[in-house]
Amino acid sequence: MYDGAKIIPGLIIFVVLATFAIWYGAGDVKQVPKPEKPVGYTNCVKPTQEMKESHMTLLNQWRDEVIREGKREQVEAGGKMYEKSLQNGCMHCHTSKEKFCDVCHSYASVRPYCWDCHMSAKKIKGLEEAI
Amino acid sequence: MKVLYPFIAVLALVAVALVGSQISGLQYLLGIALPYLAFAIFLGGFVYRVLQWAKTPVPFRIPTTCGQGKSLSWIKRDPLDCPNNKLEVAGRMFLEIFLFRSLFRNTKAEIGEGPQLSYGSSKYLWLFGILFHYSFLVIILRHLRLFTEPIPLFVKVIEFGDGILQLGAPTIYQTDLVLLGAVAFLLGRRLIMPQLRYISLPADYFPLLLIFAIAVSGILMRWVFRVDIIAVKQLTDGIASFSPVLPDGIGAMFFVHVVLVCTLLIYFPFSKLMHMGGVFLSPTRNMSNNSRAVRHINPWNDPNIKPHSYADYEDEFREFMVEAGLPVDKELPPAEKKEE
Repeated sequence: MYDGAKIIPGLIIFVVLATFAIWYGAGDVKQVPKPEKPVGYTNCVKPTQEMKESHMTLLNQWRDEVIREGKREQVEAGGKMYEKSLQNGCMHCHTSKEKFCDVCHSYASVRPYCWDCHMSAKKIKGLEEAI
Repeated sequence: MKVLYPFIAVLALVAVALVGSQISGLQYLLGIALPYLAFAIFLGGFVYRVLQWAKTPVPFRIPTTCGQGKSLSWIKRDPLDCPNNKLEVAGRMFLEIFLFRSLFRNTKAEIGEGPQLSYGSSKYLWLFGILFHYSFLVIILRHLRLFTEPIPLFVKVIEFGDGILQLGAPTIYQTDLVLLGAVAFLLGRRLIMPQLRYISLPADYFPLLLIFAIAVSGILMRWVFRVDIIAVKQLTDGIASFSPVLPDGIGAMFFVHVVLVCTLLIYFPFSKLMHMGGVFLSPTRNMSNNSRAVRHINPWNDPNIKPHSYADYEDEFREFMVEAGLPVDKELPPAEKKEE
C-alpha cells in the first residue's frame, strides 16, 4: 500500500458520506403518517388511491379552471356535490390543515405553495382573535 | 452496432422491472433485496478498486505538465500546470475535481480549406459535463428526503432551491431538465461525431443510456405515472433503517426506477464510472513535478541491496576483465601480474 495515510482516510470519508442515510437519525422511532379522516364522509371526489397519488394535479387543474377560466360549477362524486375550492371544497371535510395536509407533506418534505395565498382555519381563527 | 446492445440491455431491465412489479414475491426481491445487494456491491466494490489502485506502485514522477516548470528565478512558471509542491498540486486537484479544468482545456482540430489544420477551443464538453455532474449531485442529495426522518435542513434547502421556479404541481425541478439535456448532449456527441463514434464502445453507451433511463423513469414517476410517495418513503426509509416493509399500492414505475438505479450501483465499481474515485488517484494529476529538486527512490527497492558503483564493479571483476582484454580504469597490481 502506497500513500495509505491519504487514501485510507479518503475512503473512510467516502463510506461515511455514502452511508449518511443509514446513520443519520438511526435509532429514531419511525412513524408512518396518519392523516385525520373526515367525520361523516367515506369517499372523496376520486378513489382514495388516486387521491393519494395525484391530488395535487387535481388541485392544480381546479385552480386553473376556477381562477383563470372562471368555471366555478360544482363537482359531483358519489351522489354528492362538492365545491371546486380548497377552503370551501376540500377543507369542508378535511377541516384541519395541520392534522391532514401537513402530516404527509412534512413526512415527504413537500412544500405546496397553496399556503402562499390560502390560510388554514387555525390561522384565520388566530387572525380573528388578534383583531 | 455498439450502441444497440446497451440499448437492448436497458430495455430488458425495464421489462424485467415491469413484470416483476406485478408479482408480489418479485416485489420483495426488486424493492428490498436488490437495493441492499446493489448498495453492498457498490460500497464494497468501490473500496476494493481504490485499495487495488493504492497497492499499485507509481515508481516515477509522471505528472502531465502543460506549462513551464520551476526553473531559474527569472523564468516565468506555471504553478497550476506544472506544480512543484503539495500546495500547488492541491490547487490543481481542486480545480480538476470541482471545476473539471482538463475538460475546459478541450480543443478541436479542424481541417480548413488550403489544406490548413487549425485547433480551436471547444467548451461544449466541459459545459455539458459540469452541468450533468452537478445536476446529478443535487438530484442524489434531494433523494435523501426519502431515506431520512427527520429530514436534514440541507436537503430541504436544496429541494427548495431546485424547485424555485414553482412551475406546476408537483413543482418542476430544474436539475431534472438540465440532467436530461446534458445526458442527451453527451450521448448525441458520441453518436453524431464520426471520430467519437469510431472510438465509442458499449461500455461508453451503457452508462449514458442507463442514466438517461433512470432520469426518464424518475420524471415519469413524478408527473405521468404517479406513485403514492408516502408508501414509497415507508419502503425507502425502512430500507435505510434496516427494518424494511413493503406497503401496498406502489406503482410499477417505482420498480422500474429502482431496478435501473440498482443496476447503476452494481455496474459502478466494474466500469469507467469509477472515475469518481479515480480522479483522486490519477498520478498524472496528483504528483508534483519536482524530480529535479527531490530524489525519488523507487518504492519497491529492496533496502538490503546496496548501491553498486562502477568502481566497485571493476574491483570485483578486474581479473576477468583484464583476461578478456577489456579496458579497465585501474590496472591490476604488478605483484599479482608476476604470479601469473
